[in-house]
This record gives sequence, structure tokens and C-alpha cells, in this order.
Amino acid sequence: MTKIDALMSWKEVPVGCHVPEAGSTVHYKTGDWRSQRPILDREKCIYCAMCWIYCPEGCYEDMGPEEKYYKVDLDFCKGCGICAHECPRDAIEMVPEEV
Amino acid sequence: MTGRTGIEVSLALSEAVKMANADVIAAYPITPQTHIVEHLSELVADGELDAEFVPVESEHSAMSACLGSSAAGARTFTATSSQGLALMHEILYIAPAMRLPIVLAVANRALSAPISIWNDHSDIMGERDTGWIQLFAENGQEVFDLTLQAFRIAEDPRVMLPVAVNLDGFTLSHVIEPVIFPEQKLVDQFLPVYRPQIRLDPAKPLSMGMFGIPEIYTETKRASEMALMDSKAVIVKVWDEFEALFGRKYSPIETYKTEDADTILVSMGSVSETAMTAIDEMRADGKKVGLVRIRMWRPFPDEEFKAAVAGARVIGVTDRSITPGSHAGPVFMEIRSLLYALPERPAVFGFSLGLGGRDVTRDNYKYIYDQCQVLEDTGQDRYEMVGVME
Amino acid sequence: MTADAMIDFQKMTAKTIPAEDMLAPGHRACQGCGEVLALRLLMKAVGPETIAVSATGCMEVVSSTFPQSSWRVPWVHVAFENAAAVASGVEAGYKAMRRKGRIPDKRTAILAIAGDGGTADIGLQALSGALERGHDFVYICLDNEAYMNTGIQRSSSTPYGAMTTTSPPGKVHPLGQITWKKNMPAIAVAHNVPYVATASPAYHLDMMNKIRKAVAMPGAAYLHVYAPCPTGWRMRPELSVESARLVVQTQVFPLYEVVNGRYILSRKVNKPKPLKEYLQQQGRFRHLDDKTVAEIEARLHAEYDKIARLAEADAPAEEKEAKK
Repeated sequence: MTKIDALMSWKEVPVGCHVPEAGSTVHYKTGDWRSQRPILDREKCIYCAMCWIYCPEGCYEDMGPEEKYYKVDLDFCKGCGICAHECPRDAIEMVPEEV
Repeated sequence: MTGRTGIEVSLALSEAVKMANADVIAAYPITPQTHIVEHLSELVADGELDAEFVPVESEHSAMSACLGSSAAGARTFTATSSQGLALMHEILYIAPAMRLPIVLAVANRALSAPISIWNDHSDIMGERDTGWIQLFAENGQEVFDLTLQAFRIAEDPRVMLPVAVNLDGFTLSHVIEPVIFPEQKLVDQFLPVYRPQIRLDPAKPLSMGMFGIPEIYTETKRASEMALMDSKAVIVKVWDEFEALFGRKYSPIETYKTEDADTILVSMGSVSETAMTAIDEMRADGKKVGLVRIRMWRPFPDEEFKAAVAGARVIGVTDRSITPGSHAGPVFMEIRSLLYALPERPAVFGFSLGLGGRDVTRDNYKYIYDQCQVLEDTGQDRYEMVGVME
Repeated sequence: MTADAMIDFQKMTAKTIPAEDMLAPGHRACQGCGEVLALRLLMKAVGPETIAVSATGCMEVVSSTFPQSSWRVPWVHVAFENAAAVASGVEAGYKAMRRKGRIPDKRTAILAIAGDGGTADIGLQALSGALERGHDFVYICLDNEAYMNTGIQRSSSTPYGAMTTTSPPGKVHPLGQITWKKNMPAIAVAHNVPYVATASPAYHLDMMNKIRKAVAMPGAAYLHVYAPCPTGWRMRPELSVESARLVVQTQVFPLYEVVNGRYILSRKVNKPKPLKEYLQQQGRFRHLDDKTVAEIEARLHAEYDKIARLAEADAPAEEKEAKK
């Protein structure tokens, strides 16, 4: 079971302070960092994958050849705006997070 | 080779690494370690040892490569001295914290400045607090045996800590001594193939070398400390196994004529043999003196040491290094601190000698004995640097 | 695999980019970090049969805060200046264990990943040793042109005229960084390794194919990757990819490979965009006057031309004939 915080008995620390669970940062939701979020206009989307490729978090998901768009995972999106800036059809708009 | 052979001690060490079937040797040459790594290179080149010999470009890279190799799951060895050990310093702390079972031979040599290629213990004393298991050899047989034992101890799943085997540079590394070489099949029985559960393996990806925020750092240090303390019990068990297979007994400390001694001297390393000869001569003179030789420096064997000196009135500790700015050499500090809590404690005095390759003689030990008697009455707080030209 | 055998190398295309990421989200990189983007794409390209060795730096810190890790491949971090030495040890260990039959006899990609600090400065010795010994590994330098993790201090990879916290433009010394960027790819080439290349995450297929080539080539390989840092360069975070594109289009960062000593230009930039277009996105160059910018631009073009001429000279005879 993954611990989210680092508070534990010294006896619970894994040997060598190693982390045995690969990719366990998926339990740390960086989505609360952002002050703006990407909103996709699906009419304009040409399913070119640039948003998926250029997202530093890798938090876009391929919705498949039927749906033909990429969906952002708001659990991790930091609101950097690269996807909106790189989209060749200006299909993504960065919109301020609600206060 | 098997049986009793006269051999340069450095080469005996290399032969032990060969018999242990090490996988990776990453080393950088420095006097007086050179014969160890040169002989290992020959053994690899001649196909007598199937290992990767990595001629790294510095000792810092040597220890770094050893960490990588050990993390990958390979049986790993390196050797160094003095400046080379000092250059490894940063990485030396990391190996035990990451629980990587590397074996390091240190041909003890004085630290600069001034630059010296000769023997004392200042190099390893600078690494006292790194968390390594640290053992001291007294003679050629011990060097061979401790090296084999080091792999066994380090790789034991209950230990998983790196081990430093110390041998005095030149005075032990470069002398020819009789060494009994066991049969390979006995060595294989004692030291099985290394198959770590935790290693870098794409089939079971894990991360090593984490960023330790304040919430966890204290706990990791406690865990490391306990790992080192708990290793003593395993080391003693390994020594029992060794005795059963090879017939030679090893203990954390060795005592020599201490049973009725009122004065006990303490030594570490090859000077112990000189000390024992001096003790014999003093005993012939009617002096009730004995010697405790420390083999296991880290973790320090508290109980064994206290038991060994139980009857003594005064203890003279010899150090082969100094700790400037304090009032004690490192071994002296350790022992005085250990014995301070005793309800009835002996007087403890410290003597630093044999620095930078200066000879340690029987007369030195006789002087130290006499000084202990004098000081017991007059008291002395600081260590004495024996034999310094005033 | 020789250069000829590289002809059989299967290029990754837009359609064959793997879906899986070997670097998981939830890492603590800044918003818009160009370095973690490059790292994510590189790791995607190499896949799971990989061991990664990181030097201390941004990528190491953001991906490995205990008790979590972003890494989906086995990963080890030891110290700042020794990624190449640790990787040498991993490689030697794997080689020995394979040969002695303790692990399956199949090739595992071994990567050493460091920033420009951990490569060009404190890590240079270990890198040189590892390249000279020819270990079968790939060294990746993620170059964001300063010691970013410790707070934007200069490195030998900081470009001439850039502001950093240890090369700040001041009243008496107004320039910023007074030395020219150290040419790390040339240093790697001087070690006679089979494969050296430069890459930018804006040209992601080129970059991903280069790392795959580097892994496929037996022996040591060096990959120098341009990594925009919005935080350190005082740049809006959404511009990271555009910056990585402009840096190539202005000839600031030529994209090329050196395969067994032979230079190959990956992208010809015949009509470079004005340097100003690249510089004005970044606050770290704001203090430069036009004269200095012109001097810098001239030298950058000269350096690009040098690479282009080397590539021209190294081009096989048939290619030259075809061009005539």
C-alpha cells in the first residue's frame, strides 16, 4: 500500500529508503497547483496529438479513434498552457480556475 | 593454490577476491594499494577471475561505480588508501544508507599534508561515521580471511551493509607472510552466489536514492544506525561458520594476557604483534600487563570490550591518528566514553604514535606502560603524542 | 551495429509513438517545465527494458520525493557529479552477471541522465572516464543552461550574456555571463564514441529517434538535449515548446548527429529567424543591447556554419554527386 506522506515509524522505512512502487507519484495530485485550466473545443480538434505529446505532465488521455480527441486529467494538470499554445487549431483555451 | 604459501599480503587479498568470485572491480591505483589492484587485473586478464575490471578515472568514480554495480546486483570490490579514500568520502556515506554490500580494502596510509605514502590510520578514521562495517586485520592470514568474510557479511540479507577491511599500508600490505589457502569448494560453501532480492531489474522496477524530506530523514538515520548495530550479531555468527569450515576463530576483540592484568593496553592493526611481544617482555619483568586488540572497530563491540577490561585499574589506548582540536585520539575517545558510565571505572589514557609510517617499537609500548603508572597518580586529560621530537 | 546497419534502423513515426509513459505524472516539476517534457518523451521512446541513473538536479528531485517515485523503470540516484560513473558500474555489473549466467542474456538499455551542471562542470570527469572506457550506455545531458535546482546559478553551459544569479548584470559588470557556452557535444566527439547527437523536444520525433539510435548503437553514446526552463529563463510557461523550436530555427542550437565521427545535419536551417525572436521571450536576456545581440548572432551563425561545413565534408561521395 502506498504511503502518501512520509510520516512513518523508523521500522516501516523500506530497506535503504528505496521506493518499491513504480510510478507512485500518481498518488500525488498536482492538479491543485493550477490557476488556469485547458478547455477543449471539440469542434476544432483534429486529433493531431500535439497536446498529448507536449504536456510535461503526460496527463492527456487518448480517447480513441471513435471519440477522436485527447482529454486532460485535471488531477495532474498544472495549467502551464503549453497545450493551448501549441494546438495548431487553437482548439484549447486556458480559462481561469474558479476562486 | 591451496595449502600454506609464503605470499605478499596484497596478493593474498587479491586471491581472496578471486576465490570469492567477485563480479566487478572498479578501482584507481594509489600507493600502497597498487599491488592489490594490479594482481586483480592480471587475474582477470589471465581468465583466472571472471570479472569486469573497470579502470576508473578517480577514486570518487571508483566508489560511485561500485554503488552502481552493487545496486545492479553484482558482487563488487574496490581498494584504496589515504587520499583516495578521502576522495571517496562523499559517496562512502551513501553506500550504507542505501544498504549496498560493497567490499572495500583499505591499505591504511597517512593523509596529506604533508603528503605521505606511509602507514597510519588517519585515512579510515576520517570515515569513522560513514556507517560502514569496519574491520582491522593484524596479519596476512587475517587479511585473506577477513576479505572472504567481508563478502559473506556484507551480502547477508540480515546485514546488507558495505564492509571495509583495513590492512596497514606497506607494513602489512607489502610484507611476505605465510597464508593458508583453503579449497575452493569450501569457500563456495561458505560464500554462496550473490542473489539479492532488491536490485535494479526491469522486471521489478524500483527507485533507489530518494529525496529525503525532513519528515523521514530522522527515521532513515535511525534505521541505518540500527542496521549497523544489529550487524554485530550476524558477524559473530558468520565467524562461527568460518571457524567450523576453516578452523580459525575470529572475535570482535582479541585479548592477550589480560586475565590478571592491572594495566591493559589497546591496539588495532598490525602493531598488535609488536605490542604482544612487548607484553611478553614486560611480563617476564613481573609486570601485570595485557593487551586488547580491536578487530571490529565499527560497530564497536561494547559488551565484549567492557568484559575484557573488567579487572584492570588503568587502560592505555594507542591511536595511529589524531583528532585535532579535541583532547583524545579517536580510539581513546571511544573507549573513555564507553567506560565512563561504569560505576567503577578504570583510568583511561591515550597515546598517539606511529604517524605517517614512523615505526612503532616494543620500547614505545614499555614507555606507554610506564606512563600509565605515572599518570594514574598524577592524572592526564589530553592524549600524548609518543616520540615526537621536541 | 555499424553506421551501415543503421540503415535498417526502424524509425519511430507519429503513428508508432508508444502510448505508455515511463515517467509518471504527479512529479513536482514547475508548470511548463521543458526539461521534464524532454525527459518524459525520451523515457517514452526507450521503454521499460531500461535502467536509469540520475544525477542530483531538478529531474532527480522532482521525480523522487520519498515515499513516491515517478519512475516506472528501475532507477538509481547517488550524487551530483557521478551519473556517468554509477552508470559505468551498472553496466559492468550487468555485463558480468550476464556472462556468468546469473541474469538473462539480453541487452538492457542503461541511461545516465544529468543536467548541464552535472555534465559540463562537476560531472565532466566522470563523463570523460565513462566515454573513454566505452561502456555500453547512453549519457543524456538535459541542458537548461544553469544550475536551476539550486536557484538559477551559472554553469559553463550558460550562454554568453545570460543573466543568472551568479552572473547577474550589474553596474560594473553589465554583461551577465562573460564566457561562451562550453561545447559539450564536441567534447563527446573528441572521445571517439560511436554516437553523439543534439536534440530538442520541439522536434520530438527527431529526439525520440535519436535516443533510440543511441541505445541501439553498441558502445557509449552522448545525447545533448535542449531543455527550456520558464522559471530560470524568466519566460511564460506556455512558451517552452515554442522556445525549443525557435532555438533551432535561429541556428542557436544546431540539430545534428555524429556517427562514428561523421557529422550529419538533422535539420538544415538555411534562412535563420532573427535571434531577437528567441531572446525576447526570455527575461534573462533583457539587459542586452543591440550591439551585443548582433555580436552574439554573428558568432552563432559562424558556429552553425562550421557544423554545416563538417556535415558537408563528411557526406558520402554519392550524396555529394547527387547534389551537384
